[in-house]
Amino acid sequence: MIEVKDLTKTYGSFVAVKGISFRAESGQILGFLGPNGAGKTTTMRIITGFMPATSGTVVINGLDIFTNSLEARRLIGYLPENPPLYSDMRVEAYLNFVAKLRGVPRSEVESATQSVMEHCGLTHMATRICGQLSKGYRQRVGLAQALIHDPQVLILDEPTIGLDPRQIHEIRELIRGLAAKRTIVLSTHILPEVSQICDRVVIINDGTIALEAKLSELPEGSSLEEVFLHAISKEGHLPGATAEETLEEVGAGHSEA
Amino acid sequence: MRNTLTIAGKELMGYFVQPVAYVVLTVFLLLGGWFFFSLLQHFSEMLQMYQLMGGGQTVEQLNLNAQVIAPVLHDLSIVLVIVMPALTMRVFAEEKRTGTYELLLTAPIRTTEIVAGKFIAAAVFTLIMIALAWIFPLILIIFGNPEVGVMFAGYLALALLALTFVAVGLFTSSVTQNQIIAAISSFGILILLYVISWPEAGGDTIKAILKYLSIPEHFSTMVRGVIDTADIVFFLSAILLPLFLTQRAVESARWH
Repeated sequence: MIEVKDLTKTYGSFVAVKGISFRAESGQILGFLGPNGAGKTTTMRIITGFMPATSGTVVINGLDIFTNSLEARRLIGYLPENPPLYSDMRVEAYLNFVAKLRGVPRSEVESATQSVMEHCGLTHMATRICGQLSKGYRQRVGLAQALIHDPQVLILDEPTIGLDPRQIHEIRELIRGLAAKRTIVLSTHILPEVSQICDRVVIINDGTIALEAKLSELPEGSSLEEVFLHAISKEGHLPGATAEETLEEVGAGHSEA
Repeated sequence: MRNTLTIAGKELMGYFVQPVAYVVLTVFLLLGGWFFFSLLQHFSEMLQMYQLMGGGQTVEQLNLNAQVIAPVLHDLSIVLVIVMPALTMRVFAEEKRTGTYELLLTAPIRTTEIVAGKFIAAAVFTLIMIALAWIFPLILIIFGNPEVGVMFAGYLALALLALTFVAVGLFTSSVTQNQIIAAISSFGILILLYVISWPEAGGDTIKAILKYLSIPEHFSTMVRGVIDTADIVFFLSAILLPLFLTQRAVESARWH
């Protein structure tokens, strides 16, 4: 379980995240949505202990990520926005390295690597050099390194980006299969993805939470897209804003980021 | 410890698949060979000249250590000033640029273990490089009769000097994500440590401090064959201080 409480992050005078709070329960997949530059990646970096919050707390299965950092980090598997691959290492050697780094016992490193390669469809790529992989395979290796120590908490920053439709389907199935005994937070731009695999959704806009809801509790008759656009259009206080105009805003966020 | 060795092992493998490391190694040994060749040539000419002049006593005073090995070591120390920043510039900067820094910092390992692992790997590679430069004394031992103890002290000095450069290089690499900036700033620091005792101005205290900070002061004492605890302490501090600063710099990602 992840508990985020009053999380604020400032970079100099720029406030990236403004006091957000939410919970992700075990056994659930939480979809983390928002336009680019909304603070998704910042939030995920704080949850994983990569950077500290300016104020507020993150508690992972009862362990504070800041004060109990080592123990809390042990529980987390993290796929950053860019898969963190060493371009001169072979896939298998890289996964072995991450397994050791993540504290997998020496005797189980080899089997952990083999099983995670099998899960992510990488077995035939074991001896390829990471730097020469296609975007889709880089993403798979990134996912494999996040799963290698069988973590209880998974933080995935846009896990299906750059994959082809078949791979997207496979990875979604994989993530869905992992959810049973884990807490998964997944950020994405792809709304249908959220509808397909997430149980709950948190929409973040401009560093604040615009909407937090169970997917099953969304207003009847409205699609997730409508809900999303409504949530990020300044809490719906844009009188007469058409869907097109709002979309333009989302697009503007894109080009800035 | 286990984590440190994991990082060190991975980093060390990295050096052997990277062209930069081989270029550094080659430049170091080729230039070393050139210095050795020319100094030895000079030495043998002098030897012949003195023998022709019949100065038996002067011939005995000619010394392979002082005339050949010591100057080679001094020259190699300058080569190290130039090549070591190139060897260490990527160590942290590259991780920051490619995003693997996120993998390292979110793994359940301590910052000290990361820094120690990276230092050990760079140090092992550097020591292999310096061990290969033993080829020059070996040639002298085979064909001549040099004092091995003095040469040993000289190579110890070169090793300590190189490890100091590694530590400084790691530090500059840890404060930027740009490898060029890392290399140039570490180059600047190393040059400064070479020339720091040049100014003649200032009181005796300042002069003494600058002299103490000067790398050649300590280096040349050891190359002459004098192993003084003070010099060893200087080099160990010069290795540990930048490593401590590196640890702080990496850790600072977790502060702000």
